[in-house]
Amino acid sequence: MNAEVTAIKTAAETALAQAFSQARSRLPGKGAIVAQRDAAFDVFAKSGLPHRRVEEWKYTDLRALMRDAKPLASPPDAAAKARAKTAGALVGELEARRLVFVDGSFVAELSDTAKLESGLTVGSLADALAESDPALATHLGKLAPGSDVAVALNTALMGDGAVIRIAAGSTIERPLHLVFVTSEKPTASFVRSLVVVEPGARVMLIESHEGPSGSDYQVNAALELFVGDRAHVDHVKIITEGADALHVSTLAAAIGAKARFNAFTFTAGGAVVRNQLFLRFDGEDTVAGIRGATLIKGNQHADTTLVVNHAARGCQSREMFKAVLDDEAHSVFQGRIIVRQAAQKTDAKMMTKALLLSERAEADSKPELEIFADDVQCGHGSTAGALDDELKFYLMARGIPAAEAEALLIQAFLGEAIEGIEHAGLREILMESVAAWLKARGSA
Amino acid sequence: MALLEIKNLHVEIDGKEILKGLDLTVNAGEVHAIMGPNGSGKSTLAYVLAGKDGYEPTSGEVCFDGKNLFEMKPDERAAAGLFLAFQYPLEIPGVATMTFLRTALNAQRKKRGEAELSTPQFLKTVRDTAAKLSIDQEMLRRAVNVGFSGGEKKRNEVLQMALLEPRLAILDETDSGLDIDALKIAADGVNRLHGPNRSFIVITHYQRLLNYIVPDVVHVLSAGRIVKTGGKELAHELEARGYVEYQEEVLA
Repeated sequence: MNAEVTAIKTAAETALAQAFSQARSRLPGKGAIVAQRDAAFDVFAKSGLPHRRVEEWKYTDLRALMRDAKPLASPPDAAAKARAKTAGALVGELEARRLVFVDGSFVAELSDTAKLESGLTVGSLADALAESDPALATHLGKLAPGSDVAVALNTALMGDGAVIRIAAGSTIERPLHLVFVTSEKPTASFVRSLVVVEPGARVMLIESHEGPSGSDYQVNAALELFVGDRAHVDHVKIITEGADALHVSTLAAAIGAKARFNAFTFTAGGAVVRNQLFLRFDGEDTVAGIRGATLIKGNQHADTTLVVNHAARGCQSREMFKAVLDDEAHSVFQGRIIVRQAAQKTDAKMMTKALLLSERAEADSKPELEIFADDVQCGHGSTAGALDDELKFYLMARGIPAAEAEALLIQAFLGEAIEGIEHAGLREILMESVAAWLKARGSA
Repeated sequence: MALLEIKNLHVEIDGKEILKGLDLTVNAGEVHAIMGPNGSGKSTLAYVLAGKDGYEPTSGEVCFDGKNLFEMKPDERAAAGLFLAFQYPLEIPGVATMTFLRTALNAQRKKRGEAELSTPQFLKTVRDTAAKLSIDQEMLRRAVNVGFSGGEKKRNEVLQMALLEPRLAILDETDSGLDIDALKIAADGVNRLHGPNRSFIVITHYQRLLNYIVPDVVHVLSAGRIVKTGGKELAHELEARGYVEYQEEVLA
């Protein structure tokens, strides 16, 4: 008995196939790009949407969670652009260069591309695809795992995104903020970005995703990030999608030698969120901090799936992911650290902690270490539990009301991860968002 | 009127009766010592008064400043002027000491309808009070009690007490784990706060602390009841003879 059971296609799978066949001829790019799209679509066509029997998607059964596939978003009209003006307000206080994408399309008039610092090049993926930019042949699809169905769908259907290059040795003082906003209609957008940070360059990249509640739109975003030797890159992703949105995003990065790399994901929005990080250390002696904070309630589902691949000697990585769950929310953390044989003297520590504010909330955690080298320091830890009543009593015994005591403890819990962000302004902004979330929870 | 009046208090924990009809009256400005052997119910009394979950009375009454204490949540008791110095102060990673002190002070002031302290006012008050307790500024910058020695934790309790200015402070074995110098510093802190409008209940196993914080009344707590009440000389008797006779009395 080894007959392949071909599952009946779901409505979403059928709709995705239709969307691809209809859009194939008008999606940007020619020649090799078309072949790349076709090959990627084949990956999806063969396996369908990932479900719970696919180990990597065990806790996020996309086949069940994605009831339908929305039509591909069209370029935003004037009204959609007008509504998008306030997008990215969460980090508005931060003086950043904004590149705004509405419904998956780059909107030049909302973006700030004037007076680019020397060494900084920005453009849109749609343009790069249309112009057959040679950078695409060398970089596009080189980092994001083609076998991952979410990535495959992104490659097949990518419409636009950012293409950024930081020239060797350049320090870009102003953070770059990629603002992805869905305007209103329940559409699907597939954005793909490419960021190349050349050796010795320094940049901070913020990526935010948002949209209205009440619209069950779908976002599939992928970013491939090349970090050169001795470069210093901070990547912060803020997911505050509308309450009914389905969001799948992927960060795939390759990091060179003696670099500094920090990644942080803040997840507070969306009905279903899958945040994937595929990181590879290709050069020696790099130091990296990979962290995240998730705050979910109601029926929200948020999955963080992390693969850290230590492929070179002497790199240090610290992984810390924290989740706060209320009501019937469900968080997932899958973290795998792979230490290749060449990666002697690796120092990697992964920690995940979930704080459950309700007995109906569920936190699943699957940490894995795969070690092929013999001289390494690797560890992982995982905890899940309720708020500490003893600590709460101590705070209350000092006159702090219950809700405020809980808020203090929750902020402290997430603070441990948020402290890892190097940018003080952004740290404060995220702590304020946590406070606002807690306040909304208290008044609900 | 008495500041605190406990009448026939019975408390069960996990189905076992720990306090078995305790009576105690503390008037404004008085210092009461409660002494007794291990397991006599001293810490239970402290937790019941502060309002810890799982320490609810099965019968009896406690009036604090004329109000039924059991109708108040722990934070309301604190704002009304009741303070418990914990026997084992807790470490709160991630919560800065200054944030903690300020949140507590302002929460109490708010509940009493008083204005919040301004930042400079608050900082000055904390620094001055900390200096008197030999708490250095570096400690205040750390998370609450994290990395503090036993003595530092106890001094931090006294610092909180000094800032919050309670009307009744319950010191639960504040002397345990302290060397003689730390004990003196803590006791000095308490004595500075002592006045006609502030009362203390000093819970201790040993007489030593009472050399520095001199009680007006000494009670012996044994098997959940106050079995003897006397003046400060009672503490010396206990030190000399131990608790044996009181334990026998209960058994008899």
